[in-house]
Amino acid sequence: MNLKTTPLHAAHERAGARLVDFAGWEMPLHYGSQLEEHKAVRAGAGMFDVSHMRVVDVRGSDAGSFLRRLLANDVAKLQAPGRALYSCMLNTEGGVLDDLIVYFRGEADYRVVVNAATADDDVAHMRTLAATHAVTLAPRPELALIAVQGPEAVARTLPLLPESLRAAAGLKPFHAVWDDTWMVARTGYTGEDGFEIMLPAERADGLWEGLRAAGVRPVGLGARDTLRLEAGMNLYGTDMDATTTPLVSNLGWTIAWEPSDRDFVGRAALERQRAAGAPEKLVGLVLDERGVLRGGTRIQTAAGAGVVTSGSFSPTLGFSVALARIPSASTEEMLTAELRGKAVPVRVVKPVFVRHGRSKIS
Amino acid sequence: MSAAPQDLKYSKSHEWVRLESDGSVTVGITDHAQSLLGDLVFVETPESGSPVEAGQSCATVESVKAASDVYAPVSGEVIAVNEDLVDSPERVNESPFAEGWLFRIQPSDPGEIDGLMDADTYTAMVASES
Repeated sequence: MNLKTTPLHAAHERAGARLVDFAGWEMPLHYGSQLEEHKAVRAGAGMFDVSHMRVVDVRGSDAGSFLRRLLANDVAKLQAPGRALYSCMLNTEGGVLDDLIVYFRGEADYRVVVNAATADDDVAHMRTLAATHAVTLAPRPELALIAVQGPEAVARTLPLLPESLRAAAGLKPFHAVWDDTWMVARTGYTGEDGFEIMLPAERADGLWEGLRAAGVRPVGLGARDTLRLEAGMNLYGTDMDATTTPLVSNLGWTIAWEPSDRDFVGRAALERQRAAGAPEKLVGLVLDERGVLRGGTRIQTAAGAGVVTSGSFSPTLGFSVALARIPSASTEEMLTAELRGKAVPVRVVKPVFVRHGRSKIS
Repeated sequence: MSAAPQDLKYSKSHEWVRLESDGSVTVGITDHAQSLLGDLVFVETPESGSPVEAGQSCATVESVKAASDVYAPVSGEVIAVNEDLVDSPERVNESPFAEGWLFRIQPSDPGEIDGLMDADTYTAMVASES
């Protein structure tokens, strides 16, 4: 099979990446050591090629009303251009089709960034819904995406940005600035400060090498996964998918129930589930002994069985942490994981393990 | 790619074996194996003094990616384990054929060592798997 490549493919090869198939894209898993890459992001600065994610521009006089129908969160919360919002996009049963960030650029001008694996289906779903709105959808596959993350990310990136985007220095979290071709957002997927930069493909290699020269370490998908897990951020396709609602995925906070007459796709199903009580919940787990919780690890609770949706060794904490979906009725502080044939105790915690380099576990 | 030292013997499950002058054998996992696993975070070795049987799981190496069994290449008794790996599992990644050794076995049937692969055969097997 022919794998797709990003504009940074040559840069990955130069940096000695181990390349793997990720959703049809040939992407770096690591550049030698996943653990060292993880630690670089917590202690300094690391960069990720996320050009396989899909940028879709949503424009037109109905752009706002279209997105208010499409998304479970409400773009009406975005009161000034330059603000961003995290949201789920649902099917009519309330299942999560994807999670995404939407940027408000102007009254009739929004930008959405969706996951690589779901991009084609997402765009098809959006097009179906767009048919009844005065809106144009423009996927922007020609844009590259680089995420620079870590306590030193902002300082090391700013000198390399085009003059027109130096205002990025003053960006608050979940805000963005842009010019005709670039866009810089203070967002990320690691629990650290940093930028996500969208830029023309032909400029990507230059910025990447500039960042490398400034001491920013290339980081692969392996560390991207352990970083987001430590930060307690869900991974689409693993922690939630089209068969699970935001209510059973610890994403209830992303549903804008008010105003009650906003009829977003999936609303009726979510309201029914909310009224009946969500049967399951997504919690954090900590394994205090040796061993690693993995996706699929079975969990026993007094209220029935659960399962680890994503689990790994936490390089920052030195032990294993996980997200697990368990019956809502379970209130125990300790549960039992079946780990390689052995029953081991695991501790239930809020699903945020590390933020800004520090443990959030009490 | 990962080289396999000529003076070692190899199993199909990617362990290496070095015959020591006292007749014992030192066991580890190959460079190829550690590279497939990625960064190790835990190593569980057998207890010194425990009997092991060729082909049976007797240790676990766990990486950021997966947990993997290590199989005894020969039968016998475990006479030493690499205690350093408890705190520094990364030794296996950094130095799979030397500092990252896992355990030593006193073989009950030294003839089993001859049944293992030499370096060239192992390298050819790895090449055919990739």
